[in-house]
Amino acid sequence: MNGLNVAKLVFGVAAMFFLLAPLVAILPLSFTSSVFLNYPIPGYSMRWFEELVTADVWRRAIVNSLIIGVGTTILATVLGTLGALGLRNHAAFWSLAFIRTAFLLPMVVPAVVLGVGMQLMFARYNLTNSYLGVIIAHSVLAVPFVVINVLSVLQAIDPRLEQAAASLGAGPVTVLARVTLPLALPGIISGAVFAFATSLDEVVLTLFVAGPNQRTLARQMFSSIRENISPAIAAAAFVFIVGTILVALVLILSRRSLNRR
Amino acid sequence: MKDDRKRSWLVSMALVAPLVLFLIVFFAAPLYTMVSAAISDPIAARALPHTSSAISSWDGASQPSPEMQAALADDLRAIEDDQLFGDLVRRLNSAKSGFRTLMPKTRNALRQDAATVDLIAIDQRWADPAFWHPVKVATASTVTDRNLLAAVDLERSPSGDIQAMPEGSSANRATLVRTFIVSLSVTLACLLIGLPYAMVAASVEGWKRQLLLGAVLLPLWTSLLVRTAAWFILLQDNGLINSALMALGLINSPLPLIFNRAGVIIAMTHVLLPFMVLPIFSVLISIPKNLMPAAASLGAPPLRAFWNVLLPMSTRGIVSGSLLVFMSALGYYITPALIGGARDQMISSVIAYYATGAANWGMAGALGLVLLVATLILYTVYLRLSGEEEAKR
Repeated sequence: MNGLNVAKLVFGVAAMFFLLAPLVAILPLSFTSSVFLNYPIPGYSMRWFEELVTADVWRRAIVNSLIIGVGTTILATVLGTLGALGLRNHAAFWSLAFIRTAFLLPMVVPAVVLGVGMQLMFARYNLTNSYLGVIIAHSVLAVPFVVINVLSVLQAIDPRLEQAAASLGAGPVTVLARVTLPLALPGIISGAVFAFATSLDEVVLTLFVAGPNQRTLARQMFSSIRENISPAIAAAAFVFIVGTILVALVLILSRRSLNRR
Repeated sequence: MKDDRKRSWLVSMALVAPLVLFLIVFFAAPLYTMVSAAISDPIAARALPHTSSAISSWDGASQPSPEMQAALADDLRAIEDDQLFGDLVRRLNSAKSGFRTLMPKTRNALRQDAATVDLIAIDQRWADPAFWHPVKVATASTVTDRNLLAAVDLERSPSGDIQAMPEGSSANRATLVRTFIVSLSVTLACLLIGLPYAMVAASVEGWKRQLLLGAVLLPLWTSLLVRTAAWFILLQDNGLINSALMALGLINSPLPLIFNRAGVIIAMTHVLLPFMVLPIFSVLISIPKNLMPAAASLGAPPLRAFWNVLLPMSTRGIVSGSLLVFMSALGYYITPALIGGARDQMISSVIAYYATGAANWGMAGALGLVLLVATLILYTVYLRLSGEEEAKR
């Protein structure tokens, strides 16, 4: 039995190493003072983070990512929250159950396939090379995350709370605004965070739909890995990884506040 | 009561409506546009209306009749739009090479002499039925199966039968096979690492389990691009892996790890591993804890207990995880595009090339349709399996 435990330990550590080491290995490289992305690191400096905020391509990419990310978050969260409210009693109606399944399809269809279709269709309506087009494309991918998150919170709400409010004379709109939405807020927040993260990381649809003026950070990383790789990539990756950890903290905190109630 | 139900349905529908509308316009419609680009072929019929009717009674083998020549001459004189003419030339040239020179030459000659209808006098190639045949096929219909057949390296012979394309003229079938092989290799690699990993995670408790699951979730939440960039940096000839191996004296010259199949499979396995671990883990923790000790107390050695008890009970998780990984791998673009070499490009790269590089929307759409159908079939199987699982609980 002892041999089995040793084998488990060795395998577990090796697999965790495989999962985490690449993410850890890239972090110190963002502080290198050399122009090459390899070890050993000759000296440490902040020059690549400076490059990220001063070089025109990177700065514009960051600004674009923020504009498109915020736009996507707003559009996807509004549409997704409304949709989730409508899908709440999907168990009672087959039509709603069907819609709920169909909603998940944007997560399944390969991005390249959707990208080709969007590029063709958006060209007809002059949506290519525009911020609106990119925001719409990202929202299509982000909306299922919002629906899933909000729906799971809504289904945990005790219906008696809303019934009590209604029996005390609150109209449907008041119940929604004063009872349902505040209770659903943690789900809406985590949905919005997922929407923003989806937009931030999206490359494929951006490749097809965006023009040179809508280059996002992820798109810029993609082309600089392809064309001229520099430690600026590692610095951008550092920002992404730290951002991921912050996002995870926000999500865990919003879940905590949900559980406390 | 019935009115209440109806009212609640109407309210639900009104709330869902904006989202449904949004997804119809910006999700379903683009997919429809792509499919119709794959099968529509309106250019020749639009550009050559007279030829279309004159050529329909031609038997396809005899000398082209004077009426056909006159109709084509009229049509070519009537084309004012250079873009339309360009599209027409490209369409005909893709069926038979030679039109790229023949058409502009003919059009110029027809413009200089407004009376002539004798195309053979302009260029001898018009006497050859092989050049009239593509015109007949292209003008006959506004839909075509040409792109769909070409997506699997098939074409129609002059007599209309489906046949294989000549050897070496198209690599689509090789790309499809390669996509399948890479996806299968990645699925197997994920299974080999993911199954024992999920078992270890399910067999321990407390902080150990949290740590093991956290190690799966952190990469899942990290940007795909960051993970691909990390592998790009690690796998380089002077990257961390090669320099570590050389420092240890295990190798003398760097192993080729990037721009080849091995690199693609390593990086994709890392990216997709969480999709294998999580479904297997969720099945494993639902298995009663005392089953393995029970098997042991009945005399089964650990390996036999694993083979006869644990493995069959976790089959559903294994199948779900494998389907998820395989399905995602089929449509992967970013990782093979950055880590792979020219000979490791999967179907998505070819689609992207046709769409953005070659502006050949028909082929992009046809290959996209192949990928879309394959993905949807796998997803249906996956849904069916997870639906059964829900019903069982």
